Amino acid sequence: MWDYTEEVMEHYRNPKNVGRIDDADAVGEAGSLSCGDALKIYLKIENNIVTDAKFQTFGCGSAVASSSVLTEMIIGKTLDEVKKVTNKEIAEKLGGLPPEKMHCSVMGHEALENALSHYFNEDTPEVTKDKLICTCFSVTEKQIINAIKENNLKTLEEVTNFTKAGGACGHCKDSIQGILNTYYHTEPEKKPVEMTQTQRVIKINTIIENQISPELRKDGGDIELVDIDGKKVYVKLRGSCSGCKNSTLTLKSFVEATLRETLDDEIEVIEV
Amino acid sequence: MKLTYLDNNATTMVDEQVLQEMLPYLKENYSNPSSIYSFGGVTQKAIAVAREQIRDFVNAKNAKEILFTASGSESANTAIRGVLDANKTKKHIITTKVEHPCVLNLYMALEKEGYKVDYIGVNSNGELDLDELEKAIVPDTALVSCMWANNETGIIFPIEKISKLIKAKNKDTKIFVDAVQVAGKIPIDVQATDVDLLAISGHKFHAPKGIGALYVKSGTMLTPLIIGGHQERGKRAGTENVPYIVAMGKAAELAKEGLEYEATEVKRLRDKLEKGLLDTIFNARLNSGHVNRVPNTTNIGFEYIEGELILLHLSDLGVCASSGSACTSGSLEPSHVLRAMGVPFTALHGSIRFSLSRFTTENEVNYVLAIMPRLIEKLVNISPFQDELTELRKRKG
Repeated sequence: MWDYTEEVMEHYRNPKNVGRIDDADAVGEAGSLSCGDALKIYLKIENNIVTDAKFQTFGCGSAVASSSVLTEMIIGKTLDEVKKVTNKEIAEKLGGLPPEKMHCSVMGHEALENALSHYFNEDTPEVTKDKLICTCFSVTEKQIINAIKENNLKTLEEVTNFTKAGGACGHCKDSIQGILNTYYHTEPEKKPVEMTQTQRVIKINTIIENQISPELRKDGGDIELVDIDGKKVYVKLRGSCSGCKNSTLTLKSFVEATLRETLDDEIEVIEV
Repeated sequence: MKLTYLDNNATTMVDEQVLQEMLPYLKENYSNPSSIYSFGGVTQKAIAVAREQIRDFVNAKNAKEILFTASGSESANTAIRGVLDANKTKKHIITTKVEHPCVLNLYMALEKEGYKVDYIGVNSNGELDLDELEKAIVPDTALVSCMWANNETGIIFPIEKISKLIKAKNKDTKIFVDAVQVAGKIPIDVQATDVDLLAISGHKFHAPKGIGALYVKSGTMLTPLIIGGHQERGKRAGTENVPYIVAMGKAAELAKEGLEYEATEVKRLRDKLEKGLLDTIFNARLNSGHVNRVPNTTNIGFEYIEGELILLHLSDLGVCASSGSACTSGSLEPSHVLRAMGVPFTALHGSIRFSLSRFTTENEVNYVLAIMPRLIEKLVNISPFQDELTELRKRKG
């Protein structure tokens, strides 16, 4: 049994501001069905003030409670005030969340950020520049760094509690530890390696076969190396990856980012 | 508020008759069964009676083939490690993808110790791929480990058939059966099924927690897990837990008597609950095949809503059930069993298991049937997948 506070229980029992706003000025989303929690938030904005907010959440009690309390926190606030809301404040407003459930407050905050970036016509965080760390829960490096920064996270376990990253297959635990190390400057940076074109081809093929392909196969997909031309790597996505709406994200944030990380910052992955 | 307990695959209430049977051994009959005086004989005899009750319950040939342990997990660990340690030259094990974590985690540990483990898959009905199992058996296969019924779906594996195909391919391979979820639900017959080792756990059939048993066919080499005194014929050291052994013996006797009731009345109530939920709730879907299930279990997925949220609301109404949702377990991953069956993500996170017992009443089932449609409707309204839900509602009419 989870040790939920009275506030959390009240919010999942009688959630406030449930529903959608048909003529919303901003809509934000976070999470996904396959990951087990997904959230949509709708904002009505007049004269830089959030006049109404509604939410729809697929998730556990604390996910519903986080969404519900978040809408209460932002209604009537100016956009400047709303921008400053953090996941920590969401959790505090609920009288705290169990450590394993902190990611629910983070998700609420992400949906809000997503809505605001839509409102200000900012591009959603450019996927090409944000490396996907946890493929199970689609958590990016930026999300992890934000969570570390905002909540003063020190350990791998804390990062998992706050972002879910590393909570399923666990393959990205080393990468997360690496991010923590880099953040706290406890480990020196890697040096780039010089190699010939043949070495490069072999290296790229090995990385695809040993690191990338197994991850994709877990979700019923796969990848095939078609050609390499200088810094351009041509690949074919197979199985459930081909035609998946996340495939661009997979290609850029996972395949390209992995190759860039291990080989060369200028590598470009192109689907054929 | 009255409690409606429909989580009997997790644990069961102690039967009053079982409690009465064990009480004297918590009070006046406290002797150590190993003691030489006649007071010691009182508990020694009580254990012999219980051992005979368990022998009868699983239809073993000889009561000596029954070992008492502290849990189903201990029984499984004793069986698996015991067989492997007794024959260290063989390094191959076969099990299924849907085993209980107490077994799966042990196999993952054994893989690190150098064993090769094959995990056999299931189809969308939850049925084991017997061809794959047969192909996996090689001369090096020390052990096949297979549950009799799955704890989450209640799907029964054809143990007799499995045992036959193993022995036909490699007569030296031992078969260990985790029978924890069938004890008290369907008849267990270790002779007819020709298994080598079989584990049961008392608290799943109305004995208290903290007591289990392991059947070990005579002639099976087994290295003990717990080394110490001579208890349990040197196979499991430690002073016998007399009151709990007595309790499990009595519980086994009652469970055997109740098998007919399980197969008819408990099954009728389960079917009524299942059919009622599937008929009245548009986004409900059965997460397994209909046939070859223990009579008390149903696993239903409520699409586009999340399981923990359903359980929290059920709990507010006094109903206890469980979920394969990721959120309930503290882990972040949803049920490995439902994933192995390929249950779609739409229903995976909203899966609810109801498990009945011989103490479940018609009124309790009626109560759940009365509250569920409204509860699910309330949660459906919170879901962000309104378009998908509208589509589903149309399709179901």
